[in-house]
Amino acid sequence: MGLTLLWLVPLLPLVGAILNGVLAGTLPRKMVSAIGVGSVGLSLAIAVACFGDLLALPPESRRVTQGLFTWIQSGDFHAEVRYALDPLGAVMMLVVTGVGFLIHVYSTGYMGHEKAYGRYFSYLNLFTFSMLTLVLADNFLLMFLGWEAVGLCSYLLIGFWYQRPAAAEAGKKAFVVNRIGDWGFLLGIFLIFVTFGSVDFATVFTQAPQRLAVGSAVATAIALLLFLGATGKSAQLPLYVWLPDAMEGPTPVSALIHAATMVTAGVYMVARCHIFYLLSPPALQVVAIVGILTALFAATIGLVQNDIKRVLAYSTISQLGYMFVGCGVGAFASGIFHLMTHAFFKALLFLGAGSVIHALSGEQDLWKMGGLKAHLPWTHATFLIATLAIAGVFPFAGFFSKDEILYQAWLRGGPLLWMAGVIGAFMTAFYMFRLYFLTFHGRSRVPQEAKHHLHESPNSMTGPLMILAVLSVIGGFVQVPILAGGQRLDQFLEPVFADAVDLAPAAHAASAAGAEVGLMVISLVVALMGIFVAYKFYVADPELPRRLAEQMRGAYRLVFNKYWVDEIYESFVVQPIYQGSVRLWERFDAAVIDGAVNGVGRQIERGAELLRLAQTGYVQVYALILTLGAVVLIGYLALR
Amino acid sequence: MGSMGVPTEYYQLVAALLFTIGLIGVLVRRSALIIFMSIELMLNAVNLSFVAFSRQHGQMDGQIFVFFVMAVAAAEVAVGLAILVAIFRNRETASVDEVHLLKG
Repeated sequence: MGLTLLWLVPLLPLVGAILNGVLAGTLPRKMVSAIGVGSVGLSLAIAVACFGDLLALPPESRRVTQGLFTWIQSGDFHAEVRYALDPLGAVMMLVVTGVGFLIHVYSTGYMGHEKAYGRYFSYLNLFTFSMLTLVLADNFLLMFLGWEAVGLCSYLLIGFWYQRPAAAEAGKKAFVVNRIGDWGFLLGIFLIFVTFGSVDFATVFTQAPQRLAVGSAVATAIALLLFLGATGKSAQLPLYVWLPDAMEGPTPVSALIHAATMVTAGVYMVARCHIFYLLSPPALQVVAIVGILTALFAATIGLVQNDIKRVLAYSTISQLGYMFVGCGVGAFASGIFHLMTHAFFKALLFLGAGSVIHALSGEQDLWKMGGLKAHLPWTHATFLIATLAIAGVFPFAGFFSKDEILYQAWLRGGPLLWMAGVIGAFMTAFYMFRLYFLTFHGRSRVPQEAKHHLHESPNSMTGPLMILAVLSVIGGFVQVPILAGGQRLDQFLEPVFADAVDLAPAAHAASAAGAEVGLMVISLVVALMGIFVAYKFYVADPELPRRLAEQMRGAYRLVFNKYWVDEIYESFVVQPIYQGSVRLWERFDAAVIDGAVNGVGRQIERGAELLRLAQTGYVQVYALILTLGAVVLIGYLALR
Repeated sequence: MGSMGVPTEYYQLVAALLFTIGLIGVLVRRSALIIFMSIELMLNAVNLSFVAFSRQHGQMDGQIFVFFVMAVAAAEVAVGLAILVAIFRNRETASVDEVHLLKG
């Protein structure tokens, strides 16, 4: 029963978006909440039913498609609006509807005082529809539609408070930077169509191993172009710059779009197109290298940021890097596993941060927080769980997923990759606990007037926090290492990746339970060390960080200013394009195009002025000209 | 042919003379009334020419055309004089030189 309703999963949020969008400003708030939350809630219920039905099918036939209508039919080109549900899509669908639903509920509390309440929920529902279209699409074109639509919603929601110049700027930046990635994605789709004559997933993926040789240039080109799209959407080097600025949007938006779902679209896309990456070892290597570099790079910046949401943003970039490391060593299921657990704990972190910001009437500076543990007991407890999860402490969700990626990196990528991952994990534990300690522990640095308003958030906000906290604790157990039969997520996803098993990169080291346990212990110790150092720095001896920053002034300034990447892009990319455009405008548009248009007008005007001389207004002049004309005509006819 | 009296050429010469006088009148006189009369002269020159040719060829077509021309001329004079009266009432002049509002 559930599977026949698959189309309703994306459609219901679309209906909600249209209702709230068209009727914005006329509906009472309760009604807006009911439509906004209800549509996603129903969608979640149907998604769960679909998932149940999918589980009931035998593993090898777990791919169900549902065509709605033919979208484009032009010559050889054929594209349908067709949804498909397979294990990979199911995981994504559950994450999007599940976490999405919780964040919708949370938003009713967080955005309760917002004037444009209907507009907010309309955008949020539209996003849910777009994201579901992205993950359930059965061909590249429909996926691209969802891909662009989530980008649009991201733009709309980052710039939700468009009256603030910073928010409007950030929205524009996100849109433009994503455009670069989308350009690559679109070229990749073109190349796929040229190569295979189709954009259908089933056709393309089954034909790819037959038509393309391993390491062929076409496979590499497709894989790299698609990956360019992924670096844009998933904020990887060198296109990550939009994500920190995206924190200008409302906090639930940061949780839903810029942490849990949209930014993971790139990881999903790489996993979905895994066949191209396995057919092209160089492209696979690029994915792993970009992933690990981003993970380390963003983590270092996260160490010294002072805005609570920006720390989380850099942490998101870093964690996305880990997911790409998983994909880049050919362990796509591990990447998806981390994607899922990350969605839980990072959404929780953002919502917790939102709860803190809400309590402090909009304050985001870590140095104006501190000692909030007593005032916000529920927020504190859930935030601590999420922090432990992201730091990778046993038995929280992040421990399992991060260690799986690190283990796969060791196994198939080599010790160097593993080492870099562990260093990143240390930094993650450090900056996350720095954030935690600065917010909830130590002396309160909250300004006096804000102190009076301090309050725990309403139930509509703490409820989702608790549910996400539970998921952050138990989420990792879907994939328990070593134990026989413990790798349930791997088994579930296995049919999706089965077509490429023989293409997977060879392991550098032999898989052994002993090694796995050893690596786990090491990374756990490293995480605990990170926590301990953070404790030393920010609780035991609060003066230590300042002294250290003084001592390592150069390095501190480099990292604090985010390696000046924004400034470098500004002067080497933005300004040349801008100046070039100004030149083009002056030299070509104003001179040539406007010149041609205005020139034609001026010539006609001049000609008309000459012709006007004939219009004397004296009837007899006209009569004379008429007569002369008749004379000439008759003369010509007579003398011919 | 001799029994038919005056040869056609004579009629044509008179018609051409009349037409030219009318044309010159239209072109050089300023008074709208005189111009109207000159136009009548031109029309009647053509009528004379029609009738002369009709007689020469022994056919009635030319005679019939003359009736048409006379009817149209009568209508034209009626409309033209009405316009003239309207202009005179408004501008107190019948000189075509002073009526040149449409000058570009």
